[in-house]
Amino acid sequence: MSDEHIVGKSVPRLEGRDKVTGASRYIDDMVLTDMLHGATVRSSIARGKIKHISFGSGIDWNEFVIVSAEDIPGKNCIALIGEDQPCLAKEFINHPEEPILLLAHSDRYLLAKAVEAIHIEYDPLPAIFSIEESEALSEIVWGSDNVFKTYLIEKGDVDDALKSADYIVEGEYKTGAQEQLYIEPNGMIATFDAQHGATVWGSLQCPYYVHKALVELCGLPAERVRVVQMETGGAFGGKEEYPSMIAAHAVLLAMKSKRPVKIIYDRMEDMVATTKRHPSRTQHRTAVDKDGKILGCEIEFTIDGGAYKTLSPVVLSRGALHAAGPYYWPSIRIRAKAVATNTPPHGAFRGFGAPQSLFAMERHMDRIAQIVGISPIEIRKRNFLKPGDTTSTGQVVREDIDLSNLLDHALEISRYDAKKKIFATNNGDSSKKKGIGVATFLHGAGFTGSGERYLNSLVGVEACADGSVRVLVSSTEFGQGTKTVLCQIAAEALGARYEDVGIAQPDTSEVPNSGPTVASRTIMVVGKLVHSAALGIKHTLVSSGLLREPHSSEEFRAACREHVARHGQFRSEARYQQSDDIFWDEENYRGAAYAAFAWAAYVSEVTVDLTSYSVMVDDFVAVQEIGKVLHPVLAAGQIIGGVAQGIGFALYEKVVWEKGRMKNGQMTNYIMPTAADLPPIRVYFEEIGNIHGVYGAKGIGELPMDGPAPAIVNAIGDALKSNFDSIPLLPEDIFDTLERNAANNGAPSLVE
Amino acid sequence: MNDLSLAHDRGLPEIAFTVNQHRVVVRAHSMDRLLDVLRQRLGLTGTKEGCGEGECGSCSILLDGVLVNSCLIPVGQVRGSNILTIEGLAADGRLHALQQAFLHCGGAQCGICTPGMILAAVHLLSKKPRPTMEDIRDGLSGNLCRCTGYMQIFDAIAAYAGRADQ
Repeated sequence: MSDEHIVGKSVPRLEGRDKVTGASRYIDDMVLTDMLHGATVRSSIARGKIKHISFGSGIDWNEFVIVSAEDIPGKNCIALIGEDQPCLAKEFINHPEEPILLLAHSDRYLLAKAVEAIHIEYDPLPAIFSIEESEALSEIVWGSDNVFKTYLIEKGDVDDALKSADYIVEGEYKTGAQEQLYIEPNGMIATFDAQHGATVWGSLQCPYYVHKALVELCGLPAERVRVVQMETGGAFGGKEEYPSMIAAHAVLLAMKSKRPVKIIYDRMEDMVATTKRHPSRTQHRTAVDKDGKILGCEIEFTIDGGAYKTLSPVVLSRGALHAAGPYYWPSIRIRAKAVATNTPPHGAFRGFGAPQSLFAMERHMDRIAQIVGISPIEIRKRNFLKPGDTTSTGQVVREDIDLSNLLDHALEISRYDAKKKIFATNNGDSSKKKGIGVATFLHGAGFTGSGERYLNSLVGVEACADGSVRVLVSSTEFGQGTKTVLCQIAAEALGARYEDVGIAQPDTSEVPNSGPTVASRTIMVVGKLVHSAALGIKHTLVSSGLLREPHSSEEFRAACREHVARHGQFRSEARYQQSDDIFWDEENYRGAAYAAFAWAAYVSEVTVDLTSYSVMVDDFVAVQEIGKVLHPVLAAGQIIGGVAQGIGFALYEKVVWEKGRMKNGQMTNYIMPTAADLPPIRVYFEEIGNIHGVYGAKGIGELPMDGPAPAIVNAIGDALKSNFDSIPLLPEDIFDTLERNAANNGAPSLVE
Repeated sequence: MNDLSLAHDRGLPEIAFTVNQHRVVVRAHSMDRLLDVLRQRLGLTGTKEGCGEGECGSCSILLDGVLVNSCLIPVGQVRGSNILTIEGLAADGRLHALQQAFLHCGGAQCGICTPGMILAAVHLLSKKPRPTMEDIRDGLSGNLCRCTGYMQIFDAIAAYAGRADQ
């Protein structure tokens, strides 16, 4: 056995030294000989037909490499779930900023001028920009009915519950688009030659997604497409699907120019052209009895997918599966729908639909509490899921979770009861109103339902000549600590030193496909495979007689070195196997939606200044159960960072749309939280473990995105004794709501 | 000197300054961004570009001891100046204690804001060796981080400032 446990300890971040010294290599730090710069010519309208493209005077166009849809050797699409999104628009435009032409030149400043000198004439068509316009069907912009995907989740007799209820509580909730705003903009470098095919290096989350897209686009055999991830400066889902587009563009330019081509987006291009969180609308209709017991509900969850299908069906799925929150519903009917509009496609962003549907659920719980006349705490406690209960899909809760206890813990730390009393006394005539709000929620780890079975992930662990080992996965590091924790897991399994475990750079020519780095799956699912593969190495050493249990880390290393010296480098692989107790009915959306859930109770304290209507979050307490914590510092970092993004989602980050185009595509006018804006974010873990995850771990990355927005908006509601049902909630939105409420009620305005 | 766009530099003025205690002379347009000169001409790629308009602070450097966004500084303005970039902080391969604190406390996640953030912290600590939490928040408010939610960065600075050997 090892000298001490490595899992559970905050070992140094594997690539941390390079990050604090500036030595890490990101895509824009890479330069190849004879490299050209690439740029994208995009549509200026939301919908229409391309009539004519003219190349303006004052530019020597012979110096430029110009690529159009005609130059695509394979299929003109970015292959993902569907194949509806073109790589380059040929005839029709379906959203602003849609790529039409590509240019390359050695001078990137001249390139920018050339892009401006290209004039495209269109025959415009009427376009639609909201869920409501899409539903109205006045224009059909996708398929036969503007609908990408629908789901129906049903359990029990909702109609009967609504008939017998003491109260029926209705509410409608909306969330806006949100920009991922990773600090490193997107970028790719591509090379192409007849012998090796296409190679791309880039800032990306999912090397094999890019690989799949390039194979289709180039019409090349899989082994002649190579994708390498460079150090990636933040992603949050924003580098899940769009990098395939940029890689495709860079490869097309490299093919035509026969030179390496680098495409780096500037901040505005990155913000206006790439994906954002799906805007959503959720309608709740809930049957409740006089004691505050929920009997059933109808939920209509709708998201705006933008112009192409991309990932909308799966974002919708996760949103729908989280729409019922952490509550026991005797009956429920969830109808979910992703619709098309003429905005750039919305895409993956941490939480993936769940922050939207959970915002609605958690706001609605507070509204139910008001109607029934009990506290927001009591309504939740009376309805929490308990072990043995079934979720909306009929999945039995097998984890030993006690949500009331988790919530009590959060209330205690935040001094909820005391604060409530103090605020009730002090708010009075003060122009500064304080409030406190809660959100309780869950997040499923790993791909939904049968998703992990389809992914069929494969990982490797390799023994090296010096006695060290190397983890081989396509799972990527972009801040979360993927490399660190996977190496910890391998070291622990092998009884090796953490320092003796390395991890390969994700390169499709070298690492197996361990699936995309998304869905809070890396530690729980890929980590477990790394553990199995590591045990395979150990088994080889033990069965060859070179290693005996128990052993020290030095003995492990010596045995490993000896085995490689005698027999050469060797590798152990592990492939995903679905546990027998996970059954999912894709057809009817019944069964075990997720192998494990993480659970949480968040409490937020706010001050609303009624002279400026600005909101300050004064304190934030995040209590969660995420199974065993494998690395306390990284785990806390995930929660704090997610909460900060959640605060931005709730209070600051507003995408201003103008005819389907983001109008405020700059960091100066799209505002994310700074060091001066955030409250102390206090993080607590409860650990009950998880039978499916390695060393009892569950997913963690997305959970903290779900709770902050409803907790904060509930706190604002508490402070102002009003309901706010839409985010982002900026000062002007608070003002408008208060004015509207005052007008509707004929009551005196809260505004002084 | 890798970037092709800057290859045709004959006939351009010579601009001399000091970077990380080394004197350098570059031929460049006076209006070229200092950020590009550092990254493309001098190979100092630890200074990052996040927005190109002085909002994010990823390109922060110390110019004669003052924290500036190098994307907003024309190189002609740094003639004779003394510049510190992230590459100049670790001496002889030994991490600066503040870099060590960032590592230990979780102050670096994706790493893209980290060089600028560390230089902002160096600047803060040069003015206020024992900063309060308000000082720290204020001192870092020009440097955006999307990963950490800042708390572990604050921890790193507080830990460094509270060291016995400070």
